Amino acid sequence: MKLFLKFDFNTVSKKVLESKFNELNLEYKILGFGEVELLKKIEPEEYLALNESLNDYGIEIVESQKAILVQKIKDAIIDMVFNEDTYLKVKSSVYLSEKLGHSYGYLSNLFSEITYSSIENFIIIQKIEYSKQLLLNTELNLTEIAFKLNYSSVAHLSTQFKNTTGITPSAFQRIIFKRREIAQKKPN
Amino acid sequence: MHTDYIHIILADDDEDDILFFTDAFDELKINTRVNTFNNGEELMNYLNDDESLMPDVLFLDLNMPKKTGIECLREIKTSDKMSGIAIAIYSTSASEEDIEKTFVLGANIYIKKPNDFKKLKKVLSEVVSINWQYHTNALNKDNFLLRL
Repeated sequence: MKLFLKFDFNTVSKKVLESKFNELNLEYKILGFGEVELLKKIEPEEYLALNESLNDYGIEIVESQKAILVQKIKDAIIDMVFNEDTYLKVKSSVYLSEKLGHSYGYLSNLFSEITYSSIENFIIIQKIEYSKQLLLNTELNLTEIAFKLNYSSVAHLSTQFKNTTGITPSAFQRIIFKRREIAQKKPN
Repeated sequence: MHTDYIHIILADDDEDDILFFTDAFDELKINTRVNTFNNGEELMNYLNDDESLMPDVLFLDLNMPKKTGIECLREIKTSDKMSGIAIAIYSTSASEEDIEKTFVLGANIYIKKPNDFKKLKKVLSEVVSINWQYHTNALNKDNFLLRL
């Protein structure tokens, strides 16, 4: 039998961080997703040990201010796409520049410089990623998903899905369901 | 886990193809490290070796001597150690049936081999960039399907 799991990455990340910081006896405060404040000065050896033990979980300490701002842009976009409460009717450029306190032009250039991709492209990738999750794990049909994700029409979502992945939403769904069928037939 | 480059493995028996691919990778902004193998058997020997570094993405030619791309794909998908590798299949076939079959078997990317170098370069740069997004943004690899 196979189980399909849904993760709350915020909770997972927080638990991991807590256990690692406690393990090294560091005094800390988790400020938000991807931000931790150290309440005492940290020795270089401790810093290295911390970085190393976080690396085991695929977490790394980002050092450059630019990288931090890019991470904030990404978090804001993910929040915008995945949380319906924050799903605003304003343009994403306005949303981002207001939320992060920089002009959109500045954010956009910085983002492209660090990630080799554009903010617009990142938003599309995240929206398609969310629509994939909804296609596989909910009973919603494509029209309902298009509405939920604020697309002007189901055709618009369908075209963007095809342009981004090269396959249609229904082919995507069919392939993943077939994979699951095969996986379930195998013992264990 | 921290890497600032993408580790690519290329398995193809055609020397010209290998040259095209490596040239195209060299011109990308994203840093890449490329290993190449001339047939499926050599590839699998490398991947099965405990000392070997697993690639982030593997480009597999469907038609190779000794072991075909499909055989390699099947083997890779049954191994826990190799399950994190994104697999890009490329072939001259554009039959819907072939394409869907490779996806169902676990391929992430299907590339219909373009005829000219310019197009190939564009396609490869797209694959590496999108793979880079998956790599750096913790996107769900099980849902990663891309056809070019």
